[in-house]
Amino acid sequence: MLPAQLRRFTAARVGLGRVGDAQPTGVWLDFQEAHAAARDAVWSALDPAALGFSAPVVRSEARDRREYLLRPDLGRRLRAEDAALLPRSGGVVVVVADGLCAAGVQAQAASLLQAFSAPWPVVVALQARVALGDAIGAATGAEAVVVLIGERPGLSAQDSVGLYLTWAPRPGRTDAERNCISNIRPGGLSHAEAATKLHWLLREARALGATGIALKDEMPAGALPPPDPAV
Amino acid sequence: MAFRHAIRGTTHVFPDLRTLLARASPFRSGDALAGIAAASAEERVAAQRALADLPLRRILAEPVIPPEEDDVSRLILEDHDAAAFAPVAVLTVGGFRDWLLAAAPAELAAIRRGISPEMAAAVSKIMRNADLVSVAAKCRVETRLHNTLGTEGTLSVRLQPNHPTDDPRGIAAAILDGLLLGAGDACIGINPATDNVESVLRLLDLLEEVRTRFSIPTQGCVLSHVSTTLIAMERGAPVDLVFQSIGGTQRTNESFGISLALLEEAQEAALALGRGTVGSNVMYFETGQGSALSAEAHGGVDQQTVEARAYAVARRFDPLLVNSVVGFIGPEYLFDGKQILRAGLEDHFCGKLLGLPMGVDICHTNHAEADADDMDALLLCLGLAGVNYVMGVPGADDVMLAYQSTSFHDALTARRLLDRRPAPEFAAWLERAGIGEGARIPGALSPALLGLS
Repeated sequence: MLPAQLRRFTAARVGLGRVGDAQPTGVWLDFQEAHAAARDAVWSALDPAALGFSAPVVRSEARDRREYLLRPDLGRRLRAEDAALLPRSGGVVVVVADGLCAAGVQAQAASLLQAFSAPWPVVVALQARVALGDAIGAATGAEAVVVLIGERPGLSAQDSVGLYLTWAPRPGRTDAERNCISNIRPGGLSHAEAATKLHWLLREARALGATGIALKDEMPAGALPPPDPAV
Repeated sequence: MAFRHAIRGTTHVFPDLRTLLARASPFRSGDALAGIAAASAEERVAAQRALADLPLRRILAEPVIPPEEDDVSRLILEDHDAAAFAPVAVLTVGGFRDWLLAAAPAELAAIRRGISPEMAAAVSKIMRNADLVSVAAKCRVETRLHNTLGTEGTLSVRLQPNHPTDDPRGIAAAILDGLLLGAGDACIGINPATDNVESVLRLLDLLEEVRTRFSIPTQGCVLSHVSTTLIAMERGAPVDLVFQSIGGTQRTNESFGISLALLEEAQEAALALGRGTVGSNVMYFETGQGSALSAEAHGGVDQQTVEARAYAVARRFDPLLVNSVVGFIGPEYLFDGKQILRAGLEDHFCGKLLGLPMGVDICHTNHAEADADDMDALLLCLGLAGVNYVMGVPGADDVMLAYQSTSFHDALTARRLLDRRPAPEFAAWLERAGIGEGARIPGALSPALLGLS
């Protein structure tokens, strides 16, 4: 077997060959191309007008991408003047957020929302961290908030979306009080699977009155729970 | 008592030692995020001047976090060796810098246990990158388990064969690829995708099979949480090395779900297995600037000083391997290549000065302002500084953790440019196994032996 044949077994960059001790030109430029895509994805902006649905658009206190990257605390706070744009909702509210990579959210948000098949109000949030959902959830009076957010891009995937579910959202909630469904993308977790898992978690959260480490993900594999009349 | 220094008529006042250390720290985004960085270049150099005049003794007498509320502060005081400190006890921080740059290697080795992490951090803040390299290059730290790491003229590599779903064949393929490129003497260390016990047990068995089938003089490690590794040992799994991420304050360690007692229990359990063939260093720790701030557990101490305190924790457990994962945490702590370079050299220097077998995961994420050029610069500087080991990741791209580190090729390049060899037992094995330029897989390393066909 030649080292290059090891590539059959993993997506890792194995069997690259050698020129002296370095990587040959072709595989080095493959790496550069993947890194370029990931870099551009970090600086990609969410275009609310092109999402394919209409929803109020709010911003965090981070004014631009650089400030967003340097000041995660500002990305968790709602810009004061935007509170008036929020809907009132006693149920679940969904926040569609750019996060660390807007590209996947731009491409997948509409289809993913459709997969939820629930009449939840939606808010689009820019320069947003996950915890911005706490401020939005509290301001809307929601019992739970679902933050649909772009995940940190890697070299192999720049279109991954995560869902964070927080029961009784309010500023000051920690990440230990949320449940996360990650790696939603073509080739990763499908929209139908993500929606099923979200509804399962939501029903457990409602029964428990909490999300996070108290709510263990013990959804049986392949189980499709019946529709929940409460949603 | 406050510290002060005047520059051109302006007196800069620093109310306590932790503030002085924070203001004297070369700029990085994490200290700005914490609100403790110097407000101007002048304030920073005033703090550095005041720090240079500070007697080292004063650092021992004024803990940056009160020992009553922090077990790492207590550990630092308990482990301080006054006799080892004696040769430098009369020096100021500035005098200590001069002493370090002029000292012979044996003098540096003699004071290790007398140096507190805050002393190491303090002096690093008034040192240039080249100073950090020069002094670290005089510090040799050797450790042993299944081979000998850190000897003069060696540069070792942790082979990091991660896979997004812990697929055994995918991991085996990456291990084989790394071995063919001379990596794996520091350890073959897998970051598992999940901390699920069954999955960790499977990976431990895989590593044991690779080591024994190919008779490789190295150690395997699955980098699961220490509590998971304890369970694996109870179930009789072949655990060479106990891994854990650690931090420089009690609350940071609590955020990692660990205590000093838990680390001690794990070390005792691993020693009781008696697996070491040439030594008994059974612990592996990872650290990184910013973890304490990220856990909101920094207590107003700057991120580099907190990082050095984590090395005092590591030192208590006689580790085989310790490395900072310097660029992993993200741009809110280390924004760009310049900050990552500086932090990597500081971490290596402080660890070596305290007597740790220091390696570095030279790395960055995609949202930091850094690229492969920055990694090359840090790799070559650390190679000159005598770093014990670096990471070997296929093509520098970790497909599980989604960040970029150094590749097997990078490590080969550094070894050649700096005239460094692998650990002696491993170098002999590479020769026996017929591993050379890597164009073909030698018969002794048949992929079929690992289920790859």
